[in-house]
Amino acid sequence: MKQFIEQLAQENDFKPTRLLKILRAIQARYFYIPAGAIEQLADLLNIPRTQIRNVVEFYSFFHLTPRGQYDILISSSITDLMVGQEELINYFSEKLDVTIGEVRADGIVSLNNTSCTGMCDQSLAGLVNGYAITKLTKARIDEIVENVNKQLPLDQWSRDLFDVQDNIIKPDLLLNQKPTQGEGINATFARGLMETLNEVEKSGLRGRGGAGYTTAWKWKFCSEDEGVCDIEAQHQKQRYIVCNADEGEPGTFKDRVLLNSYADSVFEGMTVAAAIIGATQGFIYLRGEYLHLSEKLEGILQARRNANLLGKNILQHGFDFDIEICLGAGAYICGEESALIESLEGKAGIPRNRPPYPVVSGYLNKPTSVNNVETFLAAANIAIHGGEWFANLGTAKSKGTKVLSISGDCAKAGIYEYAFGTTIQTILNDCGASDVLGVQVGGPSGTFISNEEFERKIAFEDLATGGSFIVFNNSRNILDIVHNFSHFFAHESCGFCTPCRVGTSLLKKQVDKIVEGHGSAGDIVALEELCQLIKNYSHCGLGQTAANPVLTTLERYPELYQSMLKKISYEPGFDLDKSLETARRMAHRDDAHAHLAQVED
Amino acid sequence: MSKTIVIDGKVIPFEDGQTIIQAATAAGVYIPHLCHNPKFTPHGSCKLCTVKVNGRNCSACTFPASEGQNITNISEELNDDREKITQMLFVEGNHFCPSCEKTGNCNLQAVAYHLGMTDNHFPHFFENREVDASHPDVMIDHNRCIFCTLCVRASQQEDGKNVFAISGRGLEKRLIVNSESGLLKDSDLDVNDCAAHICPTGAILIKRTGYKVPIGQRIFDHAHIDTVALAVEGVNHDE
Repeated sequence: MKQFIEQLAQENDFKPTRLLKILRAIQARYFYIPAGAIEQLADLLNIPRTQIRNVVEFYSFFHLTPRGQYDILISSSITDLMVGQEELINYFSEKLDVTIGEVRADGIVSLNNTSCTGMCDQSLAGLVNGYAITKLTKARIDEIVENVNKQLPLDQWSRDLFDVQDNIIKPDLLLNQKPTQGEGINATFARGLMETLNEVEKSGLRGRGGAGYTTAWKWKFCSEDEGVCDIEAQHQKQRYIVCNADEGEPGTFKDRVLLNSYADSVFEGMTVAAAIIGATQGFIYLRGEYLHLSEKLEGILQARRNANLLGKNILQHGFDFDIEICLGAGAYICGEESALIESLEGKAGIPRNRPPYPVVSGYLNKPTSVNNVETFLAAANIAIHGGEWFANLGTAKSKGTKVLSISGDCAKAGIYEYAFGTTIQTILNDCGASDVLGVQVGGPSGTFISNEEFERKIAFEDLATGGSFIVFNNSRNILDIVHNFSHFFAHESCGFCTPCRVGTSLLKKQVDKIVEGHGSAGDIVALEELCQLIKNYSHCGLGQTAANPVLTTLERYPELYQSMLKKISYEPGFDLDKSLETARRMAHRDDAHAHLAQVED
Repeated sequence: MSKTIVIDGKVIPFEDGQTIIQAATAAGVYIPHLCHNPKFTPHGSCKLCTVKVNGRNCSACTFPASEGQNITNISEELNDDREKITQMLFVEGNHFCPSCEKTGNCNLQAVAYHLGMTDNHFPHFFENREVDASHPDVMIDHNRCIFCTLCVRASQQEDGKNVFAISGRGLEKRLIVNSESGLLKDSDLDVNDCAAHICPTGAILIKRTGYKVPIGQRIFDHAHIDTVALAVEGVNHDE
């Protein structure tokens, strides 16, 4: 092991910023991060052991105790539950003879749940040693179990198990473009950098991750030195371009498809942005769940280097730029731009205090522009076709198109591109959804809309979305959805601030209490009060939106929540009888006197 | 003329680079806080110091003061919510004031009194947390840690060491010690280190000193935390 780690550190130039990459390699080889490895790495990278330990404990895909040689994770996103996740993971557990969350006694295999893996259009999905597996059925599970028990190496498993479809159902403005390599870069330099930035501003392009900040402004601020935007002078200072491909919002998978089939344009967009702000280094932060894409993307980057689209003096324009792929390791919070930057620096993904904003002080405290995959794709095409081409579509405040990931109860789940301003009803008609109860727009952090609101529009000024669009029909129970989402946020809270760390767990418990039928009169009020507290006081977007599933459904279906309540004025938050279990076990008693009723009759 | 901000109607001067809490403390205005200490880089995690800046919630310990800010620090809404955030800290850990040797000297307890907290409101988590009594002079009772990172920052910024860190995610968060065994005795913490004395709760305690000062004669037995904080931190700030 010593030699392996020594070599690994050397390959990564002993850079602490490469910590996640190094740990991924150690986890893959030893199925955990041994204590000895932490000690050795602390020395080699010259960082405290506590930083490494923190990173290991922070990210879901690192472990301090060994996982199985085959570590199987099953996505527990709501769309997975809708295709029978619970039954299928239990089937898996039974067939593999391993308890969920545990490692089998022989150390060969481990099984657990994981947050949405970005395959909601081909559920039930999961990961085997980090590689995506899709459309799991009992038959496919049987095949996997056989492979595991035969200890067949992963590269000898049927490729079909790892098949990931694009499912592009409705391409529009962006998805119909197939520009040639270098077209965007050449157009940018032909027009001029400042002029291209003006085109991006004219296009009205806003961030496609969901928050919707005007892209041109972000780039402008990032290229400024103390308020002065000087494209010649800025090249003195190191700046960074980062592509946020940490698509973790449950129900979103469009970036997966954009990177699989439009990567050249995305990289082109990053290169154009880099030229404009004066960055020489770019990163693409790819969520760990998309490991299956990394080799292909490396190949494309290499091809671009070979074609002088990356590297020194790109296409003879006198500008240097390169892109490095950094893989995440299972943390939803890293989609938040400052948490993402922390992660790029080899640390736990904890959102920073703002100000300063990343455009002023980002990666290694240098100006950094973090933009969504789709934003770069749009920018590359805007560089070619100009701002007006893009701004012609959409609404007054939301220009252009939005790529949606549609899943759930519909005939054709997949990728749909719509001009902003399209109504929910149009989208539902297109994807073949009927008998619809409601739609979760923008994922758990977004809004649940009821079937009385289908004339509302996809737009920043109405229903903003990073791309997640989950359809529920009338056979679904809203409280099951809320239950799933509440557990998701409690699991993904980074734990930095009190309202989110404690609040999301309290919220999970409060929702559980009501869903399980233990709620009483005051519990809805308590629930709403808690939601407001988390929303108003949390440090970052995760906490500020974590209560949305409850708040948006409570607003629409108060009677549903009320119907779950017991008709008594007070129900304790804990199970009195259950809490005596330890005492009963120790006293070897189970008679009537060793039990207590929850409330007096 | 110096630049000013307004807190609860009171005009307060500030210098460029000051945070809201720094300007407030210098002017004798107390904003409740737990993870903040003017000696160290602000952290912004406890969220008790949340104030409304032109109607928007901001952490006073990290948010820069700037001209034109109209700030609400005292209101029923803010007080109620600060109380609930404090209650969250109480139910997350295992805080039993009457049996804790830090009682009367504890900022968490004193802030709770200041906010008028009379119960824990939320259901208790009852987490099993450990005690590290391995060090000859200092002990860690993880039951009382609120992850404010004051010990982490004090060790780095005042003691020039790196004894503590916060590790893990979400509710799994915990204080860890920088030693191969993970135990305090194997770290380079000394009883005279600032980090050993900075804990705002009873999570890091100096052994054999717990009851040297009897209950009734402790810091907060005769003074409220706002007065104490302003006296101590106002002085530090002016240095």
